[in-house]
Amino acid sequence: MSIEIKLKKGLDLHLAGGVADLSAKAIRRIPERVAVTPDDFTGIIPKADVREGDTVKAGQPLLHDKLDENLKIVSPAPGKVAAVVRGNRRKIERVVIEVDNTGEAVSHDTADAVISRENARNLLLVSGLWAFTRQRPYDIVTRPDAEIRDIFVTGFDSAPLAVSLQRFGSDHERVQRLETGVKLLSMLTDGNVYITRRQSQHMPDIHGAEMVDITGPHPAGNAGTAIAAINPVNKGETVMTLTVETLERIGALVQTGIAPMNTTVALTGSEVKSPKTIETLIGAEIKTLLADDIADDHRHHRIISGNVLTGHTVTTDGYLRFPYTQVTVIPEGDDVDEFMGWASMSPSKMSISPSFPARLFGRKQFKPDARLLGGRRAMIMSGQYDKVLPMDILPEYLVKAVLAKDIDRMEQLGIYEVAPEDFALAEYVDTSKLELQKIIREGLDYLRKELS
Amino acid sequence: MDKARPAFEPGGKLHAFRSVYDGMDTFLFTPRETSKSGVHIHDSMDSKRTMTIVIVALLPCLLFGMYNCGYQHWLACGATDFPFWEMMLYGFLAILPSIVVSYVVGLGIEFCVAQWRNEEIQEGFLVTGILIPMICPIETPLWMIAVATAFSVIFVKEVFGGTGYNIFNVALVTRAFLFFSYPAKMSGDNVFVSHDSILGLGGMAPDGFTGATPLGQVAVSGAQSASELSGAMTDLSGKAIDLWQMFLGLIPGSFAETSTLCILIGAALLLATGIASWRIVLSVFAGGAIMSLIAHWCATPTYPASFLTVGEQLCLGGFAFAAVFMASDPVTSCRTNTGKYIYGFLVGVVAILIRTYNNGYPEGAMLAVLLMNALAPLIDYCVVEANVRRRMRRVPARK
Repeated sequence: MSIEIKLKKGLDLHLAGGVADLSAKAIRRIPERVAVTPDDFTGIIPKADVREGDTVKAGQPLLHDKLDENLKIVSPAPGKVAAVVRGNRRKIERVVIEVDNTGEAVSHDTADAVISRENARNLLLVSGLWAFTRQRPYDIVTRPDAEIRDIFVTGFDSAPLAVSLQRFGSDHERVQRLETGVKLLSMLTDGNVYITRRQSQHMPDIHGAEMVDITGPHPAGNAGTAIAAINPVNKGETVMTLTVETLERIGALVQTGIAPMNTTVALTGSEVKSPKTIETLIGAEIKTLLADDIADDHRHHRIISGNVLTGHTVTTDGYLRFPYTQVTVIPEGDDVDEFMGWASMSPSKMSISPSFPARLFGRKQFKPDARLLGGRRAMIMSGQYDKVLPMDILPEYLVKAVLAKDIDRMEQLGIYEVAPEDFALAEYVDTSKLELQKIIREGLDYLRKELS
Repeated sequence: MDKARPAFEPGGKLHAFRSVYDGMDTFLFTPRETSKSGVHIHDSMDSKRTMTIVIVALLPCLLFGMYNCGYQHWLACGATDFPFWEMMLYGFLAILPSIVVSYVVGLGIEFCVAQWRNEEIQEGFLVTGILIPMICPIETPLWMIAVATAFSVIFVKEVFGGTGYNIFNVALVTRAFLFFSYPAKMSGDNVFVSHDSILGLGGMAPDGFTGATPLGQVAVSGAQSASELSGAMTDLSGKAIDLWQMFLGLIPGSFAETSTLCILIGAALLLATGIASWRIVLSVFAGGAIMSLIAHWCATPTYPASFLTVGEQLCLGGFAFAAVFMASDPVTSCRTNTGKYIYGFLVGVVAILIRTYNNGYPEGAMLAVLLMNALAPLIDYCVVEANVRRRMRRVPARK
């Protein structure tokens, strides 16, 4: 039995630069350096376990959380610690590893892992895979002492240009790994392990998990969408979310004792010569990933680790950021002079508004740049956010409560149910160009600080 | 524009005009500012375009208003042939001073406030500024428009924080301010039709000539039955007005609100682009229709307007204009979807209620929208509380 969710609200953005041939084999690009960025692991206060010059194995802890030293971030590759980069107030910004090819990795004893909750949790913590999970409320790395009500695994990525896992049917080993992963996860909770999927993936039922079939536009792939439809997070409850890639790593860890640190990255966007998938390491250098794939059209480029809605801006000397599955390159747009853009009737303008003619022409793909395309304003139009937020939430009121730092009101309006990524589409459509994800992030941080 | 920029930066000679410069710059060129946090791409829609579309939607009404202004004037002078271009030009010249005054006063205040607060100039007044002359009688003295505009922009908008923060619709408050401060000049028989010739165009209307709006005529008709009432509504040449004429709008009234046809054209644009909420517009008409129906069933000679049929109620006066352009203002109406239905419905009901049962205020639509502006936050509050209660109920249900 699977659960079916049909979404009406939401929005699929049709961007140019998607991976055309999903069945093509991923190209291998192994970087010389990899890095972990503690900012990716929201909620962790990083303390270094290594120093520059240390030799580390793959899977060896580089950082731990100040509040719970069992919570670790591990090295994605064997090699030498090239740098521990610190910023203001000695905050660790990243740990860079110079990769060597010894292939040495920390191996864990997994024989007892699926016997008790304690063992399962410890295995995930020590292997560093725990840090790849998130919890709601607060959208932070799951606190190790949290009592987990349910676990939601997002089986696909519906974000613009994202590539989801395909071709399950022929890959019995993968299904096996997922089932092993689910087995371990179900030790962590008294509730259910849910896995979301799209019909087009042909994902078989994974034994031990509740399958959730979702149809409809983005944010169909977001964990928050499935949680809201199945069983929203109430005050005092904690729900764990992770991606199917992490689930597969967990399965492999239990099977082999080693947590795999390779990843498949979709290289996408209108400024990429030929979008493709790349097999590489977690935290890989961006310059290795891009190689010479960026279009040389003398425009300013914005390189995004992630998708255009929630990704991080990185530079060519930067590194792949969590969740390590996508890199998007779009024009920056700060070199464009556009005369009276607000009056434009150009069919290349992307918008949900029918006042732009693109809809009439049925244009399929757009090449937007990173401009705001308008000035910041107060919230003027109403009901814009509701159209792209498939949750029983009143987004305008929640955002206002967050801005007012009114904790009671935030709780009443459902702050525990949301993550910044749920507001990404609302931020895109907003004619007032408000920074909604930032507002929600700050609200969640504020709430956590005040209530802890 | 880029060359001139340094002079407007802090420390530059023209720093005091920075807001004006920014306003012009962002008007002429799309800002190059790119996203710093959150999403990397933004929808091409912005508030400049939003406001522009509203203005475009108002154009049919404005153009028709010019024509009708000329037409009524020619009619008042007893003319028998109606030269189209001369009437248009006459109407244009009649309305132009009001538009100029409204924009100069309103935008002037906006520019000053934006500079004072060190903000970018906001577009809100572009729409308000054109609405004000459109909903006032053509004979409103210019100084009154100036005073009323200044009052509403300062006390209804800027003191609350500017565009997006106001509680009441700025244009409507301007109208209400005029209506209550200078009742003699804002109602009655003499203000809705332009009297004098302008730049040699048109003639002089005869002294003692009156041109009351149909609703004004209804209020004073003392009609005892529906048939008497329809006889009471006449155009300037004394012929009875039928429903078709009311729909087309060749009747005396505030400048741009007479033609239901043109209003519907504007409405189509606003609804198609999603700028006006169809929930509000639809429910205003629904509320108005239902209330007119009730009034028509219980028609009494005490209130002559109750003899009006549903169609007449919806086509006459400022009802349709208020439904499409005033009630749907996103800032002052309800923000929740459920709230919008309730809000719109009540606007419709109250507008007809006031118009029918209070002969002193034939312009019920204006007062209805203002009243509901005040109540909109309350309606929203109830809708939000329902959402909160749903959420709170979930918690104990589990334990």
